[in-house]
Amino acid sequence: MASGKEIRTKIGSIKSTQKITSAMEMVAASKMRKAQERMARGKPYATRIRAVVGHIAHASSEYQHTYLMEREKVSRVGYIIVSTDRGLCGGLNINVFKRVVQDMRSWHKQGVESDLCVIGNKGVSFFQNYGGRIVAAMRDVGDEPRAADLIGSVKVMLDAFSEGRVDKVYLVSNDFVNTMTQVPEIRQLLPLLPVEDENLHHTWDYIYEPDDAGELLEGLLTRYIESQVYQGVVENKACEQAARMLAMKNATDNAGELIDELQLAYNKARQASITQELSEIVGGAAAIS
Amino acid sequence: MAMTFHCDIVSAEEELFSGVVRLLVATGTEGDLGVTYGHAPLLTALDPGPVRLVKDNGEEEIFYLSGGHLEVQPHVVTVLADTALRAGDMDEAAALEAKKAAEHALHNQTGEFDYSRAAAQLAEAAAQLRTLQAIRRKTRK
Repeated sequence: MASGKEIRTKIGSIKSTQKITSAMEMVAASKMRKAQERMARGKPYATRIRAVVGHIAHASSEYQHTYLMEREKVSRVGYIIVSTDRGLCGGLNINVFKRVVQDMRSWHKQGVESDLCVIGNKGVSFFQNYGGRIVAAMRDVGDEPRAADLIGSVKVMLDAFSEGRVDKVYLVSNDFVNTMTQVPEIRQLLPLLPVEDENLHHTWDYIYEPDDAGELLEGLLTRYIESQVYQGVVENKACEQAARMLAMKNATDNAGELIDELQLAYNKARQASITQELSEIVGGAAAIS
Repeated sequence: MAMTFHCDIVSAEEELFSGVVRLLVATGTEGDLGVTYGHAPLLTALDPGPVRLVKDNGEEEIFYLSGGHLEVQPHVVTVLADTALRAGDMDEAAALEAKKAAEHALHNQTGEFDYSRAAAQLAEAAAQLRTLQAIRRKTRK
């Protein structure tokens, strides 16, 4: 059995670890609340632009945008993968990567290769080791991602789609179900899936201003995709904080259990040494008398 | 009853306005335009500039937008505001930046994964060294 002093130092070090993990838990909890608020603030835009795009798809326009057309043959697919900047958030990132890798494999079996656009440090370092073809990357997203920061990485994928280098684009990120559960989801971004709206079955069309509907739609659809990616990133941020909170709570609890066990061992060791000393004294006294 | 309609002004990061208005004046790419009740369905891009609203109670409110889109539907008018000034070449620059980041990540392997790999290699080397020292000590005896 380890001596009393050794156990005491061990307890000390675990206690300081516990302090750190519990502090991180509290930080994550407050950041999660903020991230959730940001998620809620972005919702109106996402739903509105979704409705507008739905209207466009129903309008009897002569113009058909490439983003709306399903391609017959798929020879390459693109993924926009949302991950976190930092670790210590349980299996959050790994679950996303697993989903992507699985999906990529099933495409690979059909002879379809993948291009990756990775957002977040963890994803970048994972896929550079795993060996995916990264065409765009974004590091250091920060706690408050701005929609404007995502324009570049999204544009790379959109350009690849318009130029026919990829035939499908997916967005992969975590869905925030609640504080305890986050589910990795793969969603198709391009070609756009039709939005159902029962109110709009009669034939009509917009007045387009400027007259060139193509350019207008291009701008609008680009923003639509960007908003979806932005929502994904913001939601992933909320997931990250929730997952970290949970992971740190578990770590704090485990540290507490460990400390209890060690404390018991320490007390036993101390008691044993006292008993031994006593018996030595008593034994010594008996020998003299 | 006043001729009013519902109007939403939203940007990707937050909702700026949602409510009933009498009149909306925005800066379209083709010039300023006003929207009142019963306007035909319209879709237009907006230039950076102000959007003026006259609310139900006659109050005015002005928002400055860095561009966006305006959609007019029979029952609702939606302004989708951009969060940043958008221009073709600026978008292009952002795209290039993202590509560069990807190349940087691929060529310049200094990610945290490499730290862990380096740490593993270091541990391996240390273990080899220790075995060598142990062997040497044994042979010396």
